[in-house]
Amino acid sequence: MILQMSGIQKSFGELEVLKDISLHVDAGEVVSIIGPSGSGKSTLLRCATFLERIDAGEIRYMDKAAVTTDGNGTAEYVHHRELNEIKRYFGLVFQQFNLFPHYSVLKNVMDAPIHVQKRSKEEVREEAMELLRKMDLENRADAYPCQLSGGQQQRVAIARALALKPSILFFDEPTSALDPELTGEVLKVIRQLAEEKMTMVVVTHEMPFARAVSNRVIFMDKGVIVEQGHPEAVFGDPQQERTKQFLRNYQR
Amino acid sequence: MSLSTMLTSMGAGMLRSCLIFFLTLLFSLPLGMGVMFLRRSRIAVVQWITKIYIAIMRGTPLMLQLLMWYFGPYYIFGWSIRGYRFTAIILGFSMNYAAYFAEIYRGGIEAIPKGQYEAAEVLGYSKVQTFFKIILPQVIKTILPSITNEIITLVKDTSLAFTLAYNEMFSLAKQIAASQTSFMPFIIAGIFYFIANYVVAFVMERIEKAMNYYN
Repeated sequence: MILQMSGIQKSFGELEVLKDISLHVDAGEVVSIIGPSGSGKSTLLRCATFLERIDAGEIRYMDKAAVTTDGNGTAEYVHHRELNEIKRYFGLVFQQFNLFPHYSVLKNVMDAPIHVQKRSKEEVREEAMELLRKMDLENRADAYPCQLSGGQQQRVAIARALALKPSILFFDEPTSALDPELTGEVLKVIRQLAEEKMTMVVVTHEMPFARAVSNRVIFMDKGVIVEQGHPEAVFGDPQQERTKQFLRNYQR
Repeated sequence: MSLSTMLTSMGAGMLRSCLIFFLTLLFSLPLGMGVMFLRRSRIAVVQWITKIYIAIMRGTPLMLQLLMWYFGPYYIFGWSIRGYRFTAIILGFSMNYAAYFAEIYRGGIEAIPKGQYEAAEVLGYSKVQTFFKIILPQVIKTILPSITNEIITLVKDTSLAFTLAYNEMFSLAKQIAASQTSFMPFIIAGIFYFIANYVVAFVMERIEKAMNYYN
């Protein structure tokens, strides 16, 4: 088990965004989360990566508890030093890439391993170049993000996340900010990672991609998991009326 | 009085003007950073006091503030401090410019997208690393034009030190103009400020260009 979230509750003011969500991800699994906008899927990822604080529930990575809930039902986060240790287990790829514009492509990838993980520059450089090769960007190492297409930027962002050697990688709508033309090159990279048995959770609107690449699909709506299972089951033979309706709209 | 004598007697004043200029920048640029942090503090009282400070610094004439710094200690507390004149000038200028710089920094920081902080956080950067490695370099780039404006104003504002009878260049120009019944000292003063600001604009443009390697 890599990630275990259980009984997650999260509200923004009056609005209940996550209502008692549980999510379990095993090593090597690729989980896609689909659902209409406002269903809470991005919030779930943001809670998993500690960008949002949950109100109640438990989050564990590997054998370490990050958040527990006490008898009163309020979430308790572990001390931030421990939390920082736990943060090493995961990486996150954002919809808007969020590359550092003042760093070159190579420095974007190398900087955190060197200055956060305190690894040696030579070793990190070699690995970073290897990652860029894998992303088909080795000849753009000295470019700046503003000189790259959206698809290239997103691939740099993936390389940047992988450079820290996470055990699980989250993608928050990684292709939603891209032209349809550029979507393919990013999905190709994610597919390649799936073949290498990288553990991943992908929030996406790319249904054919979710169907082809994931081991499990989760359909969320209004802060709950409506249905989940093997992609062929969820896409081919959805059991819930809400799922059927959502997928119908997608087939246009 | 020949032109060269005029220039020589104003020369010392030019040096004093430059001294005010450099010392003010030296103190107010970092001080402004501190004020900005207080202004953005989560503690309401701190934020509130800082807002009042900025409002006073921006809302009253610098000339009046200089007078307050110099005469305030005596009239309010009855202290007479020896050799305080120059210190009062630098204090007055630095505290005033720090308020302006703080607001410029704040504008720059608030313009940085939230995603930059989130990316840094997920990658494991500490708060200090995030600020100095990720945020500040981007802030400096965006605020440079406003900083240039402020520095140019400072060059001209140094003449306000005459209020405290400090013999910077403009005070000397006035004295010489009066004693010689000549307009020449003012023309020299004008040229001096103009050239100084030309240099400032030139240097700042160079810095801006150097940071133009990304958008």
